[in-house]
Amino acid sequence: MRFSRFLAPLTTLAVLGLAACGGGAAPASSAPASPTAASPAAAASKPAAAASASAKPAASGAASAKPAASGAAGAKTANIGAAFSLTGPGSPYGPVQKNAVLLAQDDLNKAGGVTLNIDVQDDASAKEQGINVFQSFIKGNDVAIMGPTLSGLALATDPLAQDAKTPVLGVSNTAGGITTIGDYIFRDSLAEEQVVPAMVKAVVDKYNPKKVAIMYANDQPFAKSGADAVKKEMDDRKIQVTDTETFASNDKDFSAQLTKIKGTNPDAIFISALADAGANIVAQARKLGIPDSVHIIGGNGMNSPQIAKIAGPAAEGIIVGAAWIDSSPNPQSQAFVKAYKAKYNLDPDQFAAQAYAGVQILSDALKRANLSGDTAKDRTALRDALAQTKNVDTVLGKFSFTSGRDADHPPVVQVIKDGKFVLFS
Amino acid sequence: MSIFLQQVVNTLFQGSIYALFALGYTLVFGVLDILNLAHSAVFMWGAFMALLLVTKLGLNIVLAFVLAMIGSGLLGILLDRVAFAPLRKRGASNLAPLISSIAMAIIFQSAALGLFGGLVYRFPPGTAPSADIGAGGVHVDVLQVIIFAVAVVLMVALQLLLQRTRLGKSIRAVAENQKAARLLGIHVERVIAITFCISSALGGAAGVLVGLSLNAIAPDMGQAIELKGLAVIIIGGMGSIPGAVIAGFLLAATEVFTISFISSTVRDAIAFGLLFLVLLIWPSGILGRRALREA
Repeated sequence: MRFSRFLAPLTTLAVLGLAACGGGAAPASSAPASPTAASPAAAASKPAAAASASAKPAASGAASAKPAASGAAGAKTANIGAAFSLTGPGSPYGPVQKNAVLLAQDDLNKAGGVTLNIDVQDDASAKEQGINVFQSFIKGNDVAIMGPTLSGLALATDPLAQDAKTPVLGVSNTAGGITTIGDYIFRDSLAEEQVVPAMVKAVVDKYNPKKVAIMYANDQPFAKSGADAVKKEMDDRKIQVTDTETFASNDKDFSAQLTKIKGTNPDAIFISALADAGANIVAQARKLGIPDSVHIIGGNGMNSPQIAKIAGPAAEGIIVGAAWIDSSPNPQSQAFVKAYKAKYNLDPDQFAAQAYAGVQILSDALKRANLSGDTAKDRTALRDALAQTKNVDTVLGKFSFTSGRDADHPPVVQVIKDGKFVLFS
Repeated sequence: MSIFLQQVVNTLFQGSIYALFALGYTLVFGVLDILNLAHSAVFMWGAFMALLLVTKLGLNIVLAFVLAMIGSGLLGILLDRVAFAPLRKRGASNLAPLISSIAMAIIFQSAALGLFGGLVYRFPPGTAPSADIGAGGVHVDVLQVIIFAVAVVLMVALQLLLQRTRLGKSIRAVAENQKAARLLGIHVERVIAITFCISSALGGAAGVLVGLSLNAIAPDMGQAIELKGLAVIIIGGMGSIPGAVIAGFLLAATEVFTISFISSTVRDAIAFGLLFLVLLIWPSGILGRRALREA
């Protein structure tokens, strides 16, 4: 048929266009192209719409060609690369982090000091893309890298930065073994092993469970770290772990594991998963008849308001240990909450707060580092300045690094009530 | 005992989803000897179509389901026209359409990513009925029963179409020998297009049902089920409809009972170990009718 001659080149255009706008795609505001019509008109408009939609990100990509860090006296500019999971299983967290980082960039650039130029790229929650993004930052003139969102990626990407002597500031990595990669790797997010003891203590003090089941994503290192930390707490406190189940982050059906857990009659279940899987698990758990008296305790992945959005009433009562809560009385935090809400019409969550704080920490270190304009020297100078970070005012409170370059501040324990996180008591 | 029954319920539900998804795969393979790896992308688009119809046009879910099936069928015809028909004309080997289908899958998924972003979408509350109709410690949601019933109806309808109608006879004739069918006056290209239409409609239907049951629709939702679908059709015999159904339930049963009695950590290892075992004993799958043709 004649129109099939057009379809091949048009489809090629579509591939090129869509490949260009692959990663940081935003939800369409225009009416989505209906794929139901196979007529030439529709086939022509779909690739054309895709091609024009992709022209915008491509253009902005070109526009953000970074200026070389200026070494001249006066305003200095620091280029920072940020790798966040804007798509894929990490996508409940990445866009929120991107929002916070850009907000922080605006706020801090207004306040003076070293001008920040943050380039946010999508790591697609995939190691390969994360590595590509890191390498483009390392080869470029970025003086530091923020992210990546997921600990699993960090374990693959951070060694590259360490070898290239480029400082990395993780803002949501909570697995074990991240900062031990090397002295250029820092994080402002509390590790699972820092949060779990406080969280378990709070739950034990209030509910005194005698039997606990554990369920975690075996393809996410942070989930395994959380599960290991919980198991250790249970062993120390002589609480029986009735069952340990695993699943993959892409799984959608958890009824088999939950049915088995239900059969062991636990008093509480610890679930560590990314937001999408976590929400499905709690929804299915309640549907399978696991009663509300069996409390759900979450790992860091459950610290997202997406859980309540997706799981609805099933999310009520989930207890999670966190690094930040929006009701924190810290005045910087309160200002941040207002500003974030005003700019994005969304409430910020822990991930946003940690990302914002990350920029604040970098900005403080940049002031103290003596930037010369030579990228390699500046990276080392920045690393040394970061290591000296002491009591910096951030939205997380007064922030310092431990000697192991982990975050040094106490966790909070929060619980989902009426779809929102409140302090657990 | 109620735990065991609950696991049986879980198996039946999961198995019906696998079987429905695999039907489309195996139909195209049976007729054309090619593996259409864009099937999972059509599955995902079927779900998005239903979502858009419900949220943007306010249609009720039954109507949206039917329209999404039709839409997916049309997508299948498009797939054939763009990715497979030109290769058939040039007498390409069996590998070329496979690779072409991978490309189409990437295109479809990128289109969805570009239009919808990486977020997970949900049907508005109240779209589908939801009520616990279990008894005796076994929990069954009415939605699961409906989905199981719809899947079974579609499977039976497909089998009836193939065995009892003239169109079905044409499809089976083309599957057996394209040249002979052409000589007998069957319009082979049209039959192939219709096969893709049916296969993709089934894939889209599976997508809508899965999207409803999990209330989660995202551009990457096809990936989790894609590999399982492939395993199902291999175990069941590539090209065999009853084989796909049996294998779908068999795979679900293996997964559920591995988790129950062994451990969820080895679930995938055992499920794919089963695949190896079946292929050792029945190289063409359980109900596979002929030896796999070489590429």
